[in-house]
Amino acid sequence: MYSYWKNNQLKIAPWIFLAPGILMFSLYVIFPIFQSINLSFYQWDGLGEKTYIGAENYIELLDDEYFIVSLKNNVIWLVLYLLAVPAGLFAALFLNQTVRGIRIYKSIFFFPFVISQVVVGLVFSWFYDPSNGLLNIILEFFGFDTIAILAEEDYVTYGIIAAGLWPQTAYCMILYLTGLNSVDPEQIEAGRIDNARGWRMLWYVILPQLKPATFIAVVVTIIGALRSFDLIDIMTGGGPWGSSRVLAYYMYEKAFSEYGFRMGYGAAIAVVLLLIMMVYIATILYRLYRDEKGG
Amino acid sequence: MKKIFKNQIALALAGILAGTSAVAGTLVINGDTSDPAPKAAFQAVIDGFEAENPDVDVVYNLFDHEGYKAAIRNFLSADAPDIAFWYAGNRMAPFVEAGLFAPIDDVWADQGLYSLMASSAPGMTMDGQKWGIPYTYYNWGVYYRQDIFEDLGIAVPTNWDEFIAAGETLKANGITPITIGSKYLWTAGGVFDYLNLRTNGYDFHMALTSGDIAWTDERVRATMANYQQLIDGGFFLENHAALSWQEALAPMANGEAAMYIMGNFAVAPLKELGLDDSTLGLFQFPEITPGIPMAEEAPTDTIHLTSGAKNVADAKRFLAYAARPDVQTAWNKALGQLPTNAGAGVTNDKFLNQAFSMLNNDAPGGVAQFYDRDTKAEMASIGMEAFQEFMVKPERLEKILERLEKARQRLY
Repeated sequence: MYSYWKNNQLKIAPWIFLAPGILMFSLYVIFPIFQSINLSFYQWDGLGEKTYIGAENYIELLDDEYFIVSLKNNVIWLVLYLLAVPAGLFAALFLNQTVRGIRIYKSIFFFPFVISQVVVGLVFSWFYDPSNGLLNIILEFFGFDTIAILAEEDYVTYGIIAAGLWPQTAYCMILYLTGLNSVDPEQIEAGRIDNARGWRMLWYVILPQLKPATFIAVVVTIIGALRSFDLIDIMTGGGPWGSSRVLAYYMYEKAFSEYGFRMGYGAAIAVVLLLIMMVYIATILYRLYRDEKGG
Repeated sequence: MKKIFKNQIALALAGILAGTSAVAGTLVINGDTSDPAPKAAFQAVIDGFEAENPDVDVVYNLFDHEGYKAAIRNFLSADAPDIAFWYAGNRMAPFVEAGLFAPIDDVWADQGLYSLMASSAPGMTMDGQKWGIPYTYYNWGVYYRQDIFEDLGIAVPTNWDEFIAAGETLKANGITPITIGSKYLWTAGGVFDYLNLRTNGYDFHMALTSGDIAWTDERVRATMANYQQLIDGGFFLENHAALSWQEALAPMANGEAAMYIMGNFAVAPLKELGLDDSTLGLFQFPEITPGIPMAEEAPTDTIHLTSGAKNVADAKRFLAYAARPDVQTAWNKALGQLPTNAGAGVTNDKFLNQAFSMLNNDAPGGVAQFYDRDTKAEMASIGMEAFQEFMVKPERLEKILERLEKARQRLY
């Protein structure tokens, strides 16, 4: 026994250290995923007996216009939320200078990320408020008609995304600010000598060095976009007439809300959401794997 | 394994929340009276019961009003209290069907409730049995600015033409006829209920909400046409889809709007906003189709014996106590609502007196619970969303009705 340990210590030790993590991850992440997939083939109200109904939940999804709207909104979220990355980069470049009190300015720019999403949602709801909101006061001042962004099916999702971009930009900014600290001054110097400045300097010298920061910023932003739940709940509750729902919110409504308790159907929505996430997760894992191997 | 594990968690949670329910003479009640007035009112009921029954120790587990709706599903199947709060009508159907509530016909018989609570009996009946005790209900109606109506010489409308004419007069004076905040959807359900009750009557309305009638039926279209008349006429507050019902109180309080189709619970906040008995009034939603008996909306709140109850004897004593006229009088006085027991007295208040007389004398058609309590939960959410959409995009009527009909066929 002792000699076995001795001979294989290097092989076994990592697994011992990994064991608690693997156990927790399997129990709380992997196992529930398969549980959800299984549940999505059943009809269950959370109280009575489960009935196996095969792929019926999925067939119903295809014919469910609320589901299609949620899916479409999810795509809009994914695309527009990524604006936080360039916006964060420019905020970071702007703040990456040494003037008096810069730390205060940095803190102010970072502030929206620190406050709760619930507060962000409330603040933006008031901002959009049709009768007293700042947005409409400004619009009226310039002679435009008032517009109730959160009550218009065509604008509501964009209105919520704009609210979400505020803290997300701050988050990306912090990531880039940290990244900018580690930009090699010698390379900038070398770039200067080669007559690079402005955009060319940014594109060819700075950005390549910020690649790790960009990678993290994109990942957290995509995850943030797919998790966009609290803002929707606070600002519209999925309305008007369901036009601002995303998959996560629709799943919650179908499975857990006051009028829901269709666990199987909710699980089916969750599986679709999982598949979308898998595209990103697979990409990230592949990149990590490639980088590790390369390094 | 999975089930045991789940139950253990639920038990542990229930244990934390509930203490223990095993001791004899202990009566466990789970409820959602989390707002200050209902909380104090129910505490007084418990105190009164304990004073009369010194051998019983009541343990009351108070849940947040919204959280309760999800929690009840867990605690009823995992570690049931003896008595649970809930609502009448179709809302209690899932629990009755799942065998989680127990019938209490004997309490009804002993207390003579078949006659004393005749008006709320249908809402408590399923499979020919009684499944709970209704302890309070409240009226709906048209709350209006009495002073504005008087200033403009508008008489309280009693039929549809007068109602439309009143709205036109208000509009001509720059006042929005009806305020509403439909952000949380259910307010639109109230408007639809009244229009349908008045256009087609109580029996049709109940058949529709029970899923027996197609949403594409001509009679539903007639209701929607009346709805559309109000929408096209600009009767409703602009941007209502962005407002909660509380936010929609402000235009009424400051005189920009004159009517609100609402429940009795709107009176207190309106008075806080500065209205009083001389400026705020209530009238019954006017007649639309002549000759159809007037029916009203009056959602009823209830308490139930659970089938997992450990102390059935004391639970039934408590239910009987809660049904008693004197208890209901005091309880509803504290709630500012109406007692369900016909022998109970009504608090002397302008709006409660009027509502009590309206429900008992002027509602021969029947009493509906409310759209989201009369219809299946999932249908309710689809339906109320559709009403909100219709109020903003009336041109989509056909698509909306087809969608509702599709949902009805799937759900019933």
